[in-house]
Amino acid sequence: MLRIFSFFLFICLAQFARAELSIEITGAGEHQTPISVLRFTGEDDTQRISEVVANDLARTGLFKLIDPAGRAPRDAGAVKYAEWSGVEALLIGSVTRQEGDKLVVTFQLVDTVRRSELLKLTVSSKKQQSRAIAHHIADMVYERLTGTPGVFSTRIAYVNRNEGNYRLVVADSDGYGEQALLNSKEPIMSPAWSPDGAKIAYVSFEQGRAMVFVQTLSTRDRVLMAAFPGSNSAPAWSPDGRQLALVLTRDDSSQLYLVGVDGSNLRRITFSDTIDTEPTFSPDGKSLLFTSDRGGSPQIYNMSVEGGRATRLTFESGNSFSPRYSPDGKNVVYSLYSAGSSAIVVHDLESRQIQYLTSNARDKNPSYAPNGKLVLFATEYLGRGILATVSSDGRVKQKMVAQSGDIREPVWGPFIKAMN
Amino acid sequence: MNKLILGMLTVSVLAACSSPAPKETTSTAPAAPQTSAAADTSSSTAAATSSQAAPTASADTAAAQAAADAAAAKAKADADAKAAELALLDKRTVYFDFDIDVFHTADKEIIMAHGKNLGKVSMLKARVTGYADERGSSEYNLALGQRRAKNTKKALVAAGAKDGQLSTVSYGEEKPVATGHDEAAWAQNRRAEISYDIAK
Repeated sequence: MLRIFSFFLFICLAQFARAELSIEITGAGEHQTPISVLRFTGEDDTQRISEVVANDLARTGLFKLIDPAGRAPRDAGAVKYAEWSGVEALLIGSVTRQEGDKLVVTFQLVDTVRRSELLKLTVSSKKQQSRAIAHHIADMVYERLTGTPGVFSTRIAYVNRNEGNYRLVVADSDGYGEQALLNSKEPIMSPAWSPDGAKIAYVSFEQGRAMVFVQTLSTRDRVLMAAFPGSNSAPAWSPDGRQLALVLTRDDSSQLYLVGVDGSNLRRITFSDTIDTEPTFSPDGKSLLFTSDRGGSPQIYNMSVEGGRATRLTFESGNSFSPRYSPDGKNVVYSLYSAGSSAIVVHDLESRQIQYLTSNARDKNPSYAPNGKLVLFATEYLGRGILATVSSDGRVKQKMVAQSGDIREPVWGPFIKAMN
Repeated sequence: MNKLILGMLTVSVLAACSSPAPKETTSTAPAAPQTSAAADTSSSTAAATSSQAAPTASADTAAAQAAADAAAAKAKADADAKAAELALLDKRTVYFDFDIDVFHTADKEIIMAHGKNLGKVSMLKARVTGYADERGSSEYNLALGQRRAKNTKKALVAAGAKDGQLSTVSYGEEKPVATGHDEAAWAQNRRAEISYDIAK
């Protein structure tokens, strides 16, 4: 049985703000499953759970949302299958309110081809978390229909720069539910999620230069991780969450270091006199990718976490930055600057082939969704920094235009495991 | 907060000590405006002397006249040199080419002037802040800005400043002075800035 209450524990502690977003989707998957999401009976017009579910599914590009056109069976037993010949799946639900503050949502996913019930579940939560319930339902529907876990309940982090005000923001994967973790008049950079999704490491200039902080989302408590002379930046968590890779300039140029999350055992692992930066761990925790200009231009290199010789990964014409592994460790996504344009590129580690996922001139900072099916990145729209996603095959693109400010350095958070 | 108060205090102290200077500029290079006031006074005195000497000219005084003219010319040249140096000290930003950490050759005299100024007045301290344009990643640009600041500091030390007078910091692509997305804006943002602080 689902235990949604504990699942949402940490979000409860913060206010649930609604960002005004305009979302534009372009492209379509190779095969789109036609699905109809019926309006849930009893749902609040201002917080329509079925609409959030439908939008989540549409954004993946894997589904074609079919208008129910007035057909409204109350449950699976009432479905007249002959009426649904163009649809492969139906989502039917109902919402009831209990004890004033509690919402109970029952939903059924029906396979209209095999005429069978695929899912029937009841979830409940506080009324204010109807979007979170919707994302959770979308995750279950997505997983049942595609075989891959959904990422709608995961969260993203980014920096919003608005006329000299900087905010470190955590939001739902669809850009709603923004919460500012930090407000500052000085720059904030490089947010990085801990593997359990409980903390974010980032760079803040609030003390006059770049220093690394680690902040716990649920309590807002934070610790100063690195404040050595010079710049302290580019934090990256090891997959076991026990150490951080950092970039420090304390000994000379920007070099890579490892440090325990408790601040112990700081050690330098690159020894170049060039720029080494943007470390990121492989999913198995054994190696690091990083950006270096040791070869004359910024390119991506691979190195054991123990240090030692680094091998160059990128040989495209132009400059390569900001590498990130796919969750299965088979691909690396990065941004490629060439001929005045910056695109998101994926590098297949086995075939050594690259594929352009985007070709806009200003696409930066890619990161994979934890299921590996989408890539989140920063781009520009009408002169402003915005969030965008692209499916990992490059077919479906989505822009999310926020109300104000420039959005920079987005990063997709991990799956958050339900606590029991 | 403490830093801010100290910063405001510094500015007001500097404003106070440079107030007699006829040409009040931004007050972050306190030693120079005072020197400027002295130079201007001496050159005007020299000019007055030579104009009084003119009506009583004779063969005997011709040599004295020539000497006075020479002295006036030298004073004027010195004043011009001072003014030129001051003009250079007013400039506190040097610029860089894309992905290059050595400032433009044309900006070398700015660095020479500040290096000399720091070398002369050992109580001065200054900070060199490096920046980059928005192209590339923000972390790479932070590293590039650090290298630009470091190389600029090295050049200041070569020009006479002491290592201990100078600190460096990088803001990378943060805090652009021009917000456009073209070369005109990028060229202004690829920079290193020298800012003076008062020493104990």
